[in-house]
Amino acid sequence: MSFSEVLPYILSGISVGGQYALIAIGYTMVYGILRLINFAHGDVFMVAGLMMVYLSASMPLYIAIPVTIVLTVLLGFAIERAAYKPLRTAPRMSIMISAIGVSYLLQNLALYVTGGLNKNYPSIPWLSDTIHIAGAVTKRVTVVTPIITIVLVIILVLFINHTKMGMAMRAVSRDFETAQLMGIKIDSVISMTFVIGSLLAAIGSMLYFTNYPGVVPTSGAMPGLKCFVAAVFGGIGSIPGAVVGAFIIGICENLIKGLDTMLVSAGVVSKPLNLATFSDAFTFVLLIIILFVRPTGLFGEKQTDKV
Amino acid sequence: MKKSTKLLINLGLMAALILVILLESMFLPSTSMIFPVIRKGAIYALVAVSMNLTNGFTGLFSLGQAGFMLIGAYTYAIFTIPDADRASVYMYFNGGAIHANLPVIVALILAGLVAAGFAYLIGLPVLRLKSDYLAIATLGFAEIIRAIVQWNTLGPITNASNMLRKFATFESIVAGWRTSSPAFNEACKNAKWLPTFLTTLMPVLICGICIAVIVMLINSSYGRAFKAIRDDEIAAEAMGINLAKHKMLSFCTSSFLAGIGGALLVMYQATVKASVYSSAMTYEILLIVVLGGIGSITGSCIGAFLYVACSEWWLRGLDSGKFLGISAPGVFRNGFRLVVFSVIIMCVVLFWRKGIMGDRELDVEKLFGRKKKHGGGSGPDLPSGEVSDNG
Repeated sequence: MSFSEVLPYILSGISVGGQYALIAIGYTMVYGILRLINFAHGDVFMVAGLMMVYLSASMPLYIAIPVTIVLTVLLGFAIERAAYKPLRTAPRMSIMISAIGVSYLLQNLALYVTGGLNKNYPSIPWLSDTIHIAGAVTKRVTVVTPIITIVLVIILVLFINHTKMGMAMRAVSRDFETAQLMGIKIDSVISMTFVIGSLLAAIGSMLYFTNYPGVVPTSGAMPGLKCFVAAVFGGIGSIPGAVVGAFIIGICENLIKGLDTMLVSAGVVSKPLNLATFSDAFTFVLLIIILFVRPTGLFGEKQTDKV
Repeated sequence: MKKSTKLLINLGLMAALILVILLESMFLPSTSMIFPVIRKGAIYALVAVSMNLTNGFTGLFSLGQAGFMLIGAYTYAIFTIPDADRASVYMYFNGGAIHANLPVIVALILAGLVAAGFAYLIGLPVLRLKSDYLAIATLGFAEIIRAIVQWNTLGPITNASNMLRKFATFESIVAGWRTSSPAFNEACKNAKWLPTFLTTLMPVLICGICIAVIVMLINSSYGRAFKAIRDDEIAAEAMGINLAKHKMLSFCTSSFLAGIGGALLVMYQATVKASVYSSAMTYEILLIVVLGGIGSITGSCIGAFLYVACSEWWLRGLDSGKFLGISAPGVFRNGFRLVVFSVIIMCVVLFWRKGIMGDRELDVEKLFGRKKKHGGGSGPDLPSGEVSDNG
């Protein structure tokens, strides 16, 4: 087994990891503040992909991209206002069910609009170009994704650590009620969280779908779940944690996809075991292991239960 | 009301239910939509009630229902395919590795047991987790199970990602009786409604029995312990309730019944494919539970029948261009039904949080105290095993 055989899998792992990271930040921020698994986030990501498909058909790409981002942000904002805000005082289970309901609604809407057909994602000129790295053929987006991800994460961390809104966010995620007593406008902080999450999801969807043939109504579900796992893995509420978790999951997942070829060429097994089936399932194995060994995740803070 | 009177009325209601199905199958054409709706509704009611047992009564937010249904469905299907048909079903795997052929009832119970066994293994690590972590971990396990079933290396047992078919269904069981007993065959020839009646009665009876078991469990001291855990875990523990034991009991019972529900569902559908049992199916069942009311068994039953009747029957027109006499093929095209449906469900979640029943039950006393009619087309199928909650 040579390095050139593993390289393509690692490359696409890093790229997928970057895309996951952008989605996982949305999960981790919302969870940090509302203690809610925003099941609809994966579908917001899918809807962003579909919007891009429809918008790019009717307007040039340099307009379609910003319009998609703005519409996705509006969607995230609207979901929070319509489906989560009325339930702020309700038990946590109700909000989670509401999130599942929104996810169901978005998927069904997408099914209705697309007729269940696969919609081809437009190729974004510079990003979709083929390039060669150390003998491996890939698209430019593979190399660009981690860079974009890291730049965005740095900006986000600076925003959270050095602005007033960022400080409010940290306060709210630490203690919801006390923050409210201190005069922080909870609603605007929560809206801001959803705006940032949706913005990153929109950018993530552009990078993600460039690598894939198309968008279907269910294409958001699995990445959504995986990104939540990434957020838990890194320690929910922690942005660097989510990014690290996402990269680990992305790389592991792609290595498993290639494990068969590697094992066969290394002579460990004589015929393929079809282990690629488990590339999705592996994420959840990882989740269960981390919950066992370190329930707060890699970078999570320890929490104590109060009676 | 005395306990014995209540029991009598309950038995009477069950007899009435069977009579209604009998009359329907005698006087309605066998192609009427009411029969599939009753069959599927009963099965969904069972699965929804089993989900309600963990989510509504024990407060364990588990999202693994589709996974346990999948296990039940596959166990049942694998063990009831006739030997003669195995070669054609497992055409890519040389007729498969398993050649046992169990009677239907045994296979059904086995389906439940295997699902419960998996639930036990999964429960050991997972039940220690709290609310949303539990939800995501059980959801994850359902995905892992789905991946394992579709794994090519297990193909000789599960047929990998190919479909399983030709196992015993409601129709094929009745057909089997006809070939084995000439007298029964003669009866079927004389009374054309008999096969329809039997194929509809079978799922209703099995589901009724299972739901009755859950009702009894909930009314027992175990059920009270479940509710105590739901209301306050720490207080329950302080009162001497063994949390781990009771959570596990609730989780395994729920999975047992979900396994049977899954097996019944494939009996109804006649084919089984792992890709159908995705998280979307769990969400669907969860939304039924929410619609009916979290923590209400009658609510789940009403919810299931309403859901099935709407999606299979009443709202069909939304998909095929014509609804309530309005013809608008441009709007009412494929998928519109689901959109309308999800909007209704969002409205329930947001504005009518308690669902149809809240956490109350519809029982004999209420029914006969004031003669009140209940739920839409699902009416005749409700009383299968309704016992009062305060008994």
